[in-house]
Amino acid sequence: MAMELVKEKWLNAINKVTIGSTAEEGGSRTKVVTLGGEETLPFLHAEGALPYKPVIAYEVWDTPARDWPEGLSSVYGKVLNEPFAWAKICVEEYKAELLCVRLVGAHPDVENRSVEEEADFIEKIRKSCGVPLIVVGCGDTTKDNALLPVCSQVLKGEHCLIGSVTQDNYKTITASCLADGHNIIAESPIDVNIAKQLNILISDMGMPLERIVIDPTVGALGYGFEYAYSIMERSRLAALAGDKMLAMPFICFVGQESWRAKEARTAEDQHPEWGAVLERGIIWEAVTAAGFLQAGADILVMRHPKAVEIVQKNIEELMGK
Amino acid sequence: MALSGLDIYKLLPKTNCRECGFPTCLAFAMQLAKKAVELGRCPYLSPEAKATLEESSLAPIRLITFGKDKKIELGNETVLFRHEDKFYHPTAVGFIIDDNLSDKEIEERLDRINRLKFERIGQLLEPELVAIRQNADKKRFVEVLKIISQKIDLSFVLMSSDIDSQKEALSCVADKKPLVHPQGKENLQEFAKLAQEFKVPLVVCSSDLEEMSHLTKALKKQGWEDLILDITAKSLTEEIWNLTQIRRLALKKKDRSFGYPTLMVVDEKDPYLETIKAADYIAKYASIVLMQGTQPWQILSLLTLRQNIYSDPQKPLQIEPKVYPVGQVNEKSPVLVTTNFSLTYYTVLGEVEASRIPSYIMSVDTEGMSVLTAWAAEKFTPDKISSSIESFGVKNLVRHNRLVIPGYVAVMSGDLEEKSGWQVIVGPKEASGIPAFLKNLTRTGVG
Repeated sequence: MAMELVKEKWLNAINKVTIGSTAEEGGSRTKVVTLGGEETLPFLHAEGALPYKPVIAYEVWDTPARDWPEGLSSVYGKVLNEPFAWAKICVEEYKAELLCVRLVGAHPDVENRSVEEEADFIEKIRKSCGVPLIVVGCGDTTKDNALLPVCSQVLKGEHCLIGSVTQDNYKTITASCLADGHNIIAESPIDVNIAKQLNILISDMGMPLERIVIDPTVGALGYGFEYAYSIMERSRLAALAGDKMLAMPFICFVGQESWRAKEARTAEDQHPEWGAVLERGIIWEAVTAAGFLQAGADILVMRHPKAVEIVQKNIEELMGK
Repeated sequence: MALSGLDIYKLLPKTNCRECGFPTCLAFAMQLAKKAVELGRCPYLSPEAKATLEESSLAPIRLITFGKDKKIELGNETVLFRHEDKFYHPTAVGFIIDDNLSDKEIEERLDRINRLKFERIGQLLEPELVAIRQNADKKRFVEVLKIISQKIDLSFVLMSSDIDSQKEALSCVADKKPLVHPQGKENLQEFAKLAQEFKVPLVVCSSDLEEMSHLTKALKKQGWEDLILDITAKSLTEEIWNLTQIRRLALKKKDRSFGYPTLMVVDEKDPYLETIKAADYIAKYASIVLMQGTQPWQILSLLTLRQNIYSDPQKPLQIEPKVYPVGQVNEKSPVLVTTNFSLTYYTVLGEVEASRIPSYIMSVDTEGMSVLTAWAAEKFTPDKISSSIESFGVKNLVRHNRLVIPGYVAVMSGDLEEKSGWQVIVGPKEASGIPAFLKNLTRTGVG
């Protein structure tokens, strides 16, 4: 008699979310990316279908990346000052499946770029590369409320993923994304209840559930990693047990968090016992990402191509049957 | 699952004889359920009832201790997800040393391993194990073991499929209570006898769950239950599945043939991929991870992951709220306020140290909450900060009255100035801005 294993019978699956649309579908992307759809916990293939693999998005900024440590910025070199060349390298050389464009320059404390300038920039990005796009605002609520609706309009029909909206600020951006056919990032501060509440608020405006992605606000390895890790596990368990208002894929901003960590930045002469700084930075980003994969991450927004390569291999292994 | 008081009552004689010291059998059963009394106090228990009750009081995953001074404790986990309670016994991390390396290579490896000590948020992080793997004859195996035991203070795993080699090695380091890894399932009964003789745990190897269950049952019958399961398999997906099944079978089905800690060997040449694989094992229930790579960046990241995963989700790590002098402080040194959440405090501490500007850090009791959380929960308020300044006697430490607060709580500046009588300077939002901020502060002569 064969041994009886413990297989859970889940009642619900994670929503499938599609980013990008091709010419036939009214957009101009060369391909689309679908994610989510999990019928069980991460990588337990024998228990339920896991139809789509987690996807890594490369980060590209509208302005020269600031505060990136040497080990990270040196890989990109001069293109960090040239967003279109930067995007091109990510797509052509590093084979990015998704680009995450951050409109950092619009922030009043950075360059305070005008909405028109950014709209123009986004249009150029749209024309210069064919991969599906994630567009993230500058983080200043007032500015993003003016900026993101315009970007949404410029990208109409491209079926992008746009964000972020929060519990206190979701109406304007949600309305635009809804009208222009985009997906939306719902950001909550490491809190399952707020994540759920925000999804309810957004869907009450008419946004279909399968166009929402949860940003659980992750911390880097060693910097609050475990809080988001457990919030993601709890949220995913609730979703699989039937809670449709939590059945969204997760997006994790791994790059921005891990490259802020002291361990990813501090020179070897200051902490000789920590080992080579370049490898340390890369592994910090990669282990942070791998950790969140085990908690259910669907999109990882990352920075260092070597870290991406390592995590990509890990995903391939984890998705192999 | 522990039995309820009523479940236990059904198994008792129900005579209310009072010989146990309780007025009724039910009262005694309730105390048993709380584990407040010993089963032995009932003299009339049937052997069947006794067996059932003893079995139910056992932990679903056996606690295994070994190593020097028995300092390594593994197993006895109670949940599948850390938020349900917590993970109790952190993954032991160790390094494989092949005995066919040259003495020089071995010594170099040992030197590197000995340097792997890190401090993070007030805790010392270090690997626990060194595994000697046999590739040559008995003589060499024992010789290498001797080299290693002279040079290193970690606990041992003996990896050899040769009974004689294991026996001799065990007699050399019996007092250090090593873990016996027979590198396969040949002669398992003999190995169990050996393990029993030396009172050390034994690793059982199989990537097939059904076979593993048969093997552990047979060993239990033979009388040896200090076991650790090596389920290293061909693919990572199979391993994650098996690690999950073992945990679920032990906890949800109370299947004792799986109620043991697990061991994984990382077989991956590329140090990055090796690290990632080890990270997957640490996240997904492995009790022991053995690897080759000894690069500090590999081990720092893995031990940090372990620290994160095995921290108690119910209790944030806290430090004692007080004033901490950093560097050669004097009466002019700046005073920085933060919370008593360990992560926050140690992040601030690291940056203040990096600035090389002697300063005081005042850690306010926010019950272990971080700056913004504590502020939102009203644990980090002008009142609280003012009373901390008073009770810590900050006035006696410095001759100025300037206080630096985190940038995220700039909004409390006015109120705090009013309540404390101190002049408030708003610091950076992120700790990483502290060195530049402090340099600027002292240059402008404010500090």
